Amino acid sequence: MSWLLRPLTEQAHALRSGAVTSAELVEETLRRIGCLDGRVGAFLRVTPEDARAAAHAADLRLRAEGEAAPDLCGIPIGLKDVLCTEGVETTAGSRILQGFVPPYSATAALRLAEAGAVAVGKCNCDEFAMGSSTENSAYQPTRNPHALDRVPGGSSGGSAAAVSAGLVTVALGTDTGGSIRQPAGLCGVVGFKPTYGRVSRYGLIAFASSLDQVGPFARTVRDCALVYRAIAGPDRRDATCSAREVEDPCPQLSLGVAGLRLGVPVEYVEAGLEPGVRRVFDEACQRLAAAGAGIEPVSIPSTRFALAAYYVIAPAEASSNLARMDGLRFGPGRPDARTLREQLEEARHHGFGPEVQRRIMLGTYALSRGYYDAYYRRAQQVRTLVAQDFARAFAKVDAILAPTSPTLAFRLGERLTDPLAMYQSDVCTVPFSLAGVPAVSVPAGSAEGLPVGLQVAAPTFADALCLRVAQAVETACGVAEPPALALEPVR
Amino acid sequence: MSEGALRASDLGPALARWEPVIGLEVHAQLLTRSKMFCGCRADYAGLPPNTNTCPTCLGLPGALPVANAEAIRQTVRTGCALQSRIPLHSKFDRKNYFYPDLPKGYQISQYDLPLCVGGWLEFEVAGVERAARITRVHLEEDAGKLFHGGEIHHGGSSLVDLNRAGVPLMEIVGEPDLRTPQEARAYLVALRQLLLYLGVNDGNMEEGSLRCDANISLRPRGDDGLGVRTEVKNLNSFRILQRALEQEVLRQAARLEAQLPLRQETRGWSEAEGTTVAQRSKEAADDYRYFPDPDLPPLTLSPAWVETVRAEVPELPRARALRLRQAHGLSHEEARGLTERPREADYFERVVGAGAPAAVAAAWQLNELAGLCQRTHRSLEASGLTPEQLARLLVLVDCREVSGATAKELLAEAFGSGADPAELVEARGLRQVSDEAALTVHVEAAIEAQPKAAQDYRAGNDRALAALVGQVMGATRGRGDARVVSRLLRERLPRDPPS
Repeated sequence: MSWLLRPLTEQAHALRSGAVTSAELVEETLRRIGCLDGRVGAFLRVTPEDARAAAHAADLRLRAEGEAAPDLCGIPIGLKDVLCTEGVETTAGSRILQGFVPPYSATAALRLAEAGAVAVGKCNCDEFAMGSSTENSAYQPTRNPHALDRVPGGSSGGSAAAVSAGLVTVALGTDTGGSIRQPAGLCGVVGFKPTYGRVSRYGLIAFASSLDQVGPFARTVRDCALVYRAIAGPDRRDATCSAREVEDPCPQLSLGVAGLRLGVPVEYVEAGLEPGVRRVFDEACQRLAAAGAGIEPVSIPSTRFALAAYYVIAPAEASSNLARMDGLRFGPGRPDARTLREQLEEARHHGFGPEVQRRIMLGTYALSRGYYDAYYRRAQQVRTLVAQDFARAFAKVDAILAPTSPTLAFRLGERLTDPLAMYQSDVCTVPFSLAGVPAVSVPAGSAEGLPVGLQVAAPTFADALCLRVAQAVETACGVAEPPALALEPVR
Repeated sequence: MSEGALRASDLGPALARWEPVIGLEVHAQLLTRSKMFCGCRADYAGLPPNTNTCPTCLGLPGALPVANAEAIRQTVRTGCALQSRIPLHSKFDRKNYFYPDLPKGYQISQYDLPLCVGGWLEFEVAGVERAARITRVHLEEDAGKLFHGGEIHHGGSSLVDLNRAGVPLMEIVGEPDLRTPQEARAYLVALRQLLLYLGVNDGNMEEGSLRCDANISLRPRGDDGLGVRTEVKNLNSFRILQRALEQEVLRQAARLEAQLPLRQETRGWSEAEGTTVAQRSKEAADDYRYFPDPDLPPLTLSPAWVETVRAEVPELPRARALRLRQAHGLSHEEARGLTERPREADYFERVVGAGAPAAVAAAWQLNELAGLCQRTHRSLEASGLTPEQLARLLVLVDCREVSGATAKELLAEAFGSGADPAELVEARGLRQVSDEAALTVHVEAAIEAQPKAAQDYRAGNDRALAALVGQVMGATRGRGDARVVSRLLRERLPRDPPS
């Protein structure tokens, strides 16, 4: 089996023992991308030269520092294309940013690079992270490695598919309303959205600033924890990034769930879960109970308003965040435009895809004079209620369990013409986003040959506890099998 | 469009029938080291275009703002000086609109929770004390600058310089409490002076680091309703503020009297036409879609911090003028003149502190030094003349050791050269000759040399004495004490009895 399908911890060990070099891992990555990504479409661009240079540097460092080298040293990673990378084109999956080469890197990407991780390329995503299937990318669709006619979820579908297919060991994604967790669930990998404010957003091309959070994808919970540990923490360049010290999740990962109280929100399981999803979720809960956890129902009454509130707040912020895309300083622009108005309208009309235009209009409307109180202010009130509901629930239980997605991975094109059905994909993930709490999706089993994820959420800044419970799920349900595609021989 | 400049002589009659209601919005760039939300320099003067920029002030995707604590401090200090209430909770909001000088497509400003609320500004108009209420003081970021090669909306090309984008900008919004253009000017003079005292702005209206917009409407005298107002922009000097408002009074009065409608609109001052011209109509009110900036956490100030900042407020101009009058027996005009700028008041106090008599110091600083500053385009600090040097010279003048004429020449020489005038006195032997015995020799020689003048004076022609004094001064190379010389001459030239 390919090195890249083994856990990061194993690769790290082999890199230190000399069983493999970073250069070899990176060549294998590039080979696998060359062989498999034509069918998956996880990467928008691959940077072999940069990757080989970084791998060489990592090998020198491993030799020099040995065991003291950071866990991620020499490990091939993928970065969602909403994360700015110095000197490497960054488009956020949008035409309007075609050719934009940032003069700086996102803090999260920079921290991984400093830890010696080797970025091999930029992963596909829905345009400006708006979508739940990665079909809104202006460049290409990404396919689910478990079933190529199905979506990988979104918006971080490229990152999830890249890890699922074993193209990279780990990848970074971003999550606004479920964009890490939902694709992780649909692709059968672990995806973690830390507490809002735990990871710097500097260099993350904003969708909805009050919700966006950077987080890792990996094959195992421990691997996720290692990446999280490397990227989390204060950053003076992001005023919303917490100054709190980061609690190291690794020492407590294996503590298990015996004696912990885990809540299951009744509103989540009652509402429209596909039978396969329901079965896997119930079985996972039983296994956790068998492992000593107390499983009890909790209520999050505001759940039924959460999705609506989210689809007001996020587009409102997006309508303002995307105003800087005027084609004047970056992107293709309209050099032939004759007036300022023409320049703006043409650049934005041709630069943005239909879903982005739809959300800009929704958000602009929600913030308009005369509508602000009815939409934006009301949505923020709902957000407060959601946070209060979770605070109440967390007074009773240590963590919350929920399905990640109400459905299995759907077919490409199936929901493209029905935005509301697409928005429904986020119903189980959005409430945790509104509350700002940490949440992780862990593979819990499969149905109809497709992966099913389970979500674990914990109180704000209890990211370590969140990962500890996720580890217990992984222990109880087993690490997900890689897709058949990932096991194909690669030359 | 322009209706042409209206005659200023009509202003009196217009003001007799109509009462202007004027409020000013003043934007002041703060004197911080860095920009409002990034580490670029706040002082962009003289830098090549677009070199004082970074991802944040260029509005590049993914770049984030971090608020400048010093800018918040200077704004709160200003609020304290204006007697504003300083709420402990404040926040930044986004004001959304598209314009090429605004790289993010929104300006970070403050909407409903400004840093400072209420307050008032005291000022003086033609010797009368007045006060106008302050609505609010808030903090925002400046935009870039556009250089138009043509009309940007109609096919021309324009260049964008973002060196200024993101410079901290404090907006001081005044209540419409001003009733004449002259009063508006006096308000702005006082506000500028206050900002200089607080050390938060350089007061440079020409360069645009202090900018003023005015809202003005007219109502019939005796009425207390409000008319249709216009907003007049680009008022970048005291003179233009007053002239533009006078023109608006005339224009609005003429329209009202002709029963023509007034539009709520934005007008700008046109120097070429000597009047205001319409810029855009505000009938379709702009919708800036303000909402709290999610990139910046709400601000929470502690009462203790606010008190620390309050304690930083220095002695303000009016208090200082009063103290100078009381401590040094200066006149109202002298005290006001010396306290116009804080550095000049500091200078005066140091001159007095170094031993110069206050009355002499005030007279010399306000007349001779002010004149030198104006002629040489140098400030006192840049002149190289220290207060201590000036004090030594003025002590010599006061003891009549140096003549006034000599002192003036020495000051002119020292100003800008760094020379010490009192040292020049010694080096060149310029001490005034007051010794009567020494002067008597010259006096008698002068009478002998100009018998005609002596005779004329004795015959009652006062002006003839000047020629004799001049002769003595010439003989003493200007060092003779003119008063002693005059007395000695008069003693020797008794007037003839009237015939």
